[in-house]
Amino acid sequence: MATVGINNVRKAFGATQILHGVSVDIADGEFVVLVGPSGCGKSTLLRMLAGLENITAGEISISGRVVNNVAPKDRDIAMVFQNYALYPHMTVRDNMAFSMMLAGAPKDVIDAEVAKAAGILGLGDLLHRFPRQLSGGQRQRVAMGRAIVRQPQVFLFDEPLSNLDAKLRVQMRAEIKELHQRLKVTTVYVTHDQIEAMTMADKIVVMNGGNIEQIGAPLELYDRPANLFVAGFIGSPAMNLLPGKPTRGGFETEGGAVLPMPAAVRGTPGWYGVRPEHMLLKPDGGIPAVVVLVEPTGSETQVLVRIGDSTLVCAFRERVTARPGDVLGIMPDLALVHLFEAGSGRRLPA
Amino acid sequence: MSATTAPTWVRARRDPSWIVKLFDWKPFLVFACLFPAVGLLTVFLTYPLGLGIWLAFTDTTIGRTGVWVGLENFEYLLEDRLWWGAVFYSVFYTGVATLGKFALGLWLALLLNNNLPFKSLLRAIILLPWIVPTVLSAIAFWWIYDPQFSIVSYVAIKSGLTDTNIDFINTPWHARFSLIAANIWRGIPFVAISLLAGLQTISPSLYEAALLDGSSAWQRFRYITFPMLLPILAIVMTFSIIFTFTDFQLVYAITRGGPVNSTHLLATLAFQRGIAGGQLGEGAAIAVSMIPFLVVATLFSYFALARRKWQQGEGND
Repeated sequence: MATVGINNVRKAFGATQILHGVSVDIADGEFVVLVGPSGCGKSTLLRMLAGLENITAGEISISGRVVNNVAPKDRDIAMVFQNYALYPHMTVRDNMAFSMMLAGAPKDVIDAEVAKAAGILGLGDLLHRFPRQLSGGQRQRVAMGRAIVRQPQVFLFDEPLSNLDAKLRVQMRAEIKELHQRLKVTTVYVTHDQIEAMTMADKIVVMNGGNIEQIGAPLELYDRPANLFVAGFIGSPAMNLLPGKPTRGGFETEGGAVLPMPAAVRGTPGWYGVRPEHMLLKPDGGIPAVVVLVEPTGSETQVLVRIGDSTLVCAFRERVTARPGDVLGIMPDLALVHLFEAGSGRRLPA
Repeated sequence: MSATTAPTWVRARRDPSWIVKLFDWKPFLVFACLFPAVGLLTVFLTYPLGLGIWLAFTDTTIGRTGVWVGLENFEYLLEDRLWWGAVFYSVFYTGVATLGKFALGLWLALLLNNNLPFKSLLRAIILLPWIVPTVLSAIAFWWIYDPQFSIVSYVAIKSGLTDTNIDFINTPWHARFSLIAANIWRGIPFVAISLLAGLQTISPSLYEAALLDGSSAWQRFRYITFPMLLPILAIVMTFSIIFTFTDFQLVYAITRGGPVNSTHLLATLAFQRGIAGGQLGEGAAIAVSMIPFLVVATLFSYFALARRKWQQGEGND
């Protein structure tokens, strides 16, 4: 169990700056997800935490001890790699026992620990197989087992689910979360998938271009995205973000649509944001919108509509029978509209 | 019929020419494809090998067709101290040179696998001993080992290491080790480059995982690099053993089997008896006597190369 402190950490490869000074505080037992698009520096940050990359500037501490110059093996961490990095020439048992074997643990202790971890992960019957004889999900579990056996202070996961198919990914997501709830070990998890971040994290760190855009609990990011990037990144389907300017009647988008504005707004909004699921059907008195595309998913219906030249995605819980070309009356849920400042893209307090 | 009707056109059915038909006929195609390879192998491999084995059972000499003498040549060889000497030196030469080549070659491969400046240039330079024709390098070594004009002796004397010229090839054991050194020098590139290719297939994340698992550099070599390199190591070693055991050029160019026949390999002895001495049957018997040793080396490859259970491509759940 440990806290992790990342304090103004920078990383440069030659002249290329990868991280521009990021700071994150991770509490003991917390499940923190680093999320962001490819190349945002999230994996680099994780590898710096693991000790696989040098720290150009700043400080990383584990349990209050600065580990900048501590070798990876002395940081008391375990990492699950994207490609699992299982030793192909060792059985599942030997893979899991490797770190203890290196540390010179007696055989009966190793066997007991491996059996315990295998029990937690349901790998008991597979201990004598080689990695290539396992399915993707099983390999993933062995990689986690290898981490568990070490009883580290911090678990690091580097996009562990990206090699799995969609169904298995959902299943393993739940397993990792359950594992964390059972072991309560501080965990740092890197992913580019915002749904993984939303479903698993206690705290999400949204990164972009080597900077942290926002840190917060999943629903906090969903309810109060700090800026345009977070607003567009968190949530699926993505938030409608319409550039424009306020007018007397409300907010006029560049496409010519006029949308109602919340009453008290400080500052000058340049972007109007509303999540698809916060668009309401309003047959009378709604804004007339032309249906472009209807996508029923069963639980909800996604409708792409056009108001003026602006296109919006709406997700209605009701079943919509409209066809392309029909006109629907729609209205954003005013309490759940997000406004962002022109220029800076920062969220405007309502 | 009106003028606007499109003219009807029927796709002509053309009979394929006889040559097209011939090449469509599978038995002919099989024959045509196999003929060049089988023909070459028969003329240049099977026939000489068969002739060699046949000669080994005759008393042929140059200019006189021999008669079948059964195992007489081999019985004679078993009592021939020179043949036993050549067997000893062939095995010794192969064993020591292979050890040296692999120790140094693996070391070199591990060095080259790091990120070095001018990496590709270094790799090209390392290949040099291998691209130079053997006879050329043998002649170079002949000079290096020359009793009077050896550059090594010169340097050693000038730097005060010794007062006299070093004797490289004029006493049996010196000559044996000098030849082994030349063979190692020549064999290192093949080993190093092949093992380097093997090293590069090992995923770096395995090393990172091992690093986090708390391994030292030696442990990473012992538990990751070496076992993962073993399959390719076995292949390269088999080839290397075969090439070394059948070596002829280096020894023949530098010592011709001397001094006092102490550095004869089976191949040089076979040549000396068969061609220089004219005893074709006996020379062939010496050459044939290499076959059991080579079979053992090939069997070693067959068993050591048998896919390990952890490797891809075999269903053995």
